[in-house]
Amino acid sequence: MLRFLLGRLSLLIPTFIGITIAAFSFIRLLPGDPILVMAGERSVSPERHAELMRQFGFDRPLWQQYVEYLANALSGDLGRSLVTKRPVFDEFMTLFPATLELSLCAILLAIVIGIPAGSIAAVKRGSASDHLVMGSALVGFSMPIFWWGLLLIILFSGVLQWTPVSGRISLVYFFPPVTGFMLIDSLLSGQKGAFASAVSHLILPTIVLGTIPLAVIARQTRSAMLEVLSEDYVRTARAKGLGPSRVIGIHALRNAMIPVITTVGLQVGTLLAGAILTESIFSWPGIGKWMVDSIFRRDYPSVQGGLLLIAAMVMIVNLIVDLLYGVINPRIRHAR
Amino acid sequence: MTVDTVEHVVIDRKRVGSLALLQEFWSYFRENRGAVVGLAVFILTCFLALFADVIAPYSPTEQFRDALLAPPAWQDGGSARFLLGTDAVGRDLLSRLLHGARYSLFIGCIVVSLSLVVGILIGLVAGFVGGATDTLIMRLMDIILAFPSLLLALALVAILGPSLTNAMIAIALVQQPHYVRLTRASVLAEKTKDYVTAARVAGVGPLRLMFRTILPNCMAPLIVQAALSFSNAILDAAALGFLGMGAQPPTPEWGTMLAESREFILRAWWVVTFPGLAILITVLSINLMGDGLRDALDPRLKRS
Repeated sequence: MLRFLLGRLSLLIPTFIGITIAAFSFIRLLPGDPILVMAGERSVSPERHAELMRQFGFDRPLWQQYVEYLANALSGDLGRSLVTKRPVFDEFMTLFPATLELSLCAILLAIVIGIPAGSIAAVKRGSASDHLVMGSALVGFSMPIFWWGLLLIILFSGVLQWTPVSGRISLVYFFPPVTGFMLIDSLLSGQKGAFASAVSHLILPTIVLGTIPLAVIARQTRSAMLEVLSEDYVRTARAKGLGPSRVIGIHALRNAMIPVITTVGLQVGTLLAGAILTESIFSWPGIGKWMVDSIFRRDYPSVQGGLLLIAAMVMIVNLIVDLLYGVINPRIRHAR
Repeated sequence: MTVDTVEHVVIDRKRVGSLALLQEFWSYFRENRGAVVGLAVFILTCFLALFADVIAPYSPTEQFRDALLAPPAWQDGGSARFLLGTDAVGRDLLSRLLHGARYSLFIGCIVVSLSLVVGILIGLVAGFVGGATDTLIMRLMDIILAFPSLLLALALVAILGPSLTNAMIAIALVQQPHYVRLTRASVLAEKTKDYVTAARVAGVGPLRLMFRTILPNCMAPLIVQAALSFSNAILDAAALGFLGMGAQPPTPEWGTMLAESREFILRAWWVVTFPGLAILITVLSINLMGDGLRDALDPRLKRS
């Protein structure tokens, strides 16, 4: 197990260095003078220009700039936002819980609906319910989620007036963030109606962000289940007289879950990409919206820091999934 | 019945080569009803896009000042003049959608060809040369894949400047690692097979070995991936357009149209609904086709 772990970690280091180089290059790849690009329409005096050049270290050799960038990044210093003047790392960490809360709810929704739906489709292969599940999954998989979000807003916020259009909680509630998760904080605050407000704000974004992972998980569960159901040990279990719920629930589902867990883990990238769109539609104050806003505001240190942090996060989650996979499936761990 | 067709096809293949291969492919493809429907819808979309100039009642940029936000024909206040209604500056929605099909299909074609060609070349080199070159290439691909695709595309467009061309370049760059990985994996699997050794012994040079001997046997997964990335390219380009980082107004690109219509969502449902529906239908038809392609090209399923 240790060798397996070390092997995976050693693969990670070059990738991490590559990610830092990519994030480092970002500002330097912008065409033209980086200071003028960041200044946009604002004018920059020659003194201010020289000062900024020094501040960003653009006046030194490239490799020195990179080494310093890497050292700073490793100690959590990703520079300051040009707009708010706050450290980029702090900005990211303040907004990250909102994205995490939304993503967790979305993936939970996808799992809770996707796995049973996929299993039913596999067990009743070729039936109407199979076609319904797989048809819906393909539609979900093909969905432009930014449009899906707008449709839901038209229906539930516009016509039915059930849910609010944007934000995380109604403005009448105010309490200090404890965990950063609005669902938990609203409960802790003890204010009447705060939790319900948080939930009603969360429902539509969760559905929108969960749609594609849901479709992927349902499809993956179905194909994994079909494979397992044709195995000898399932036939044996049936032959020795076990009821269908036991055969499917215990023998088949447990083994079918191995590839499904990997699929769930690999949705992190999809979730973060989806968060960019979902948060933009629902004005959800998370890192996805922050990244888009930062690009529009030409707040390039924020974009750079965000790129690095998000890529590092995806990398770490993928590592965890890889390790989990090794734990669940000994064949992987012992191969080589 | 199936047994008969299979035997028939095997004999035919020997006789007429690629035509029979195509027939064999079609006989598997048409078994998947969804795939056939997808193909039909896709061909229809291509037709509408090609002849948009002729079919569309108006120019996509012509503004009718007397009919701002006119509802679709079947709704109260709608008229047959504008079948799907008009947008906020009085442009005919149907004409814009028809011309928008051109953009989406064009984006798909360019992105897939670009990422496919570059991906195959890099993947061939990685798999064929091996060693340090292989390691370097694969680590580079890992780095690209570590970023969520849309985020990386956004950052690239921020560098290159928002436009349709730059959006296509960015999306192609983001998608190309998938082709590299697939090509490399198939090359590694094929490289050690006897027919390759035989060709090598017969004195076939490395370039011919790569492109004529090995590559044709690696195509099946690449074709399936191409279908998948065609639909992804359309979705991502529309997403970039929606965020204001893709095609710029007044281009009738579907994602850009959605972005323009956002402020009217509660007043005029049609300006939001139709462009998105167009994206969904196009992407869905391509994905249906992709599923059919996979079934028809996957040799493991064929034998069963």
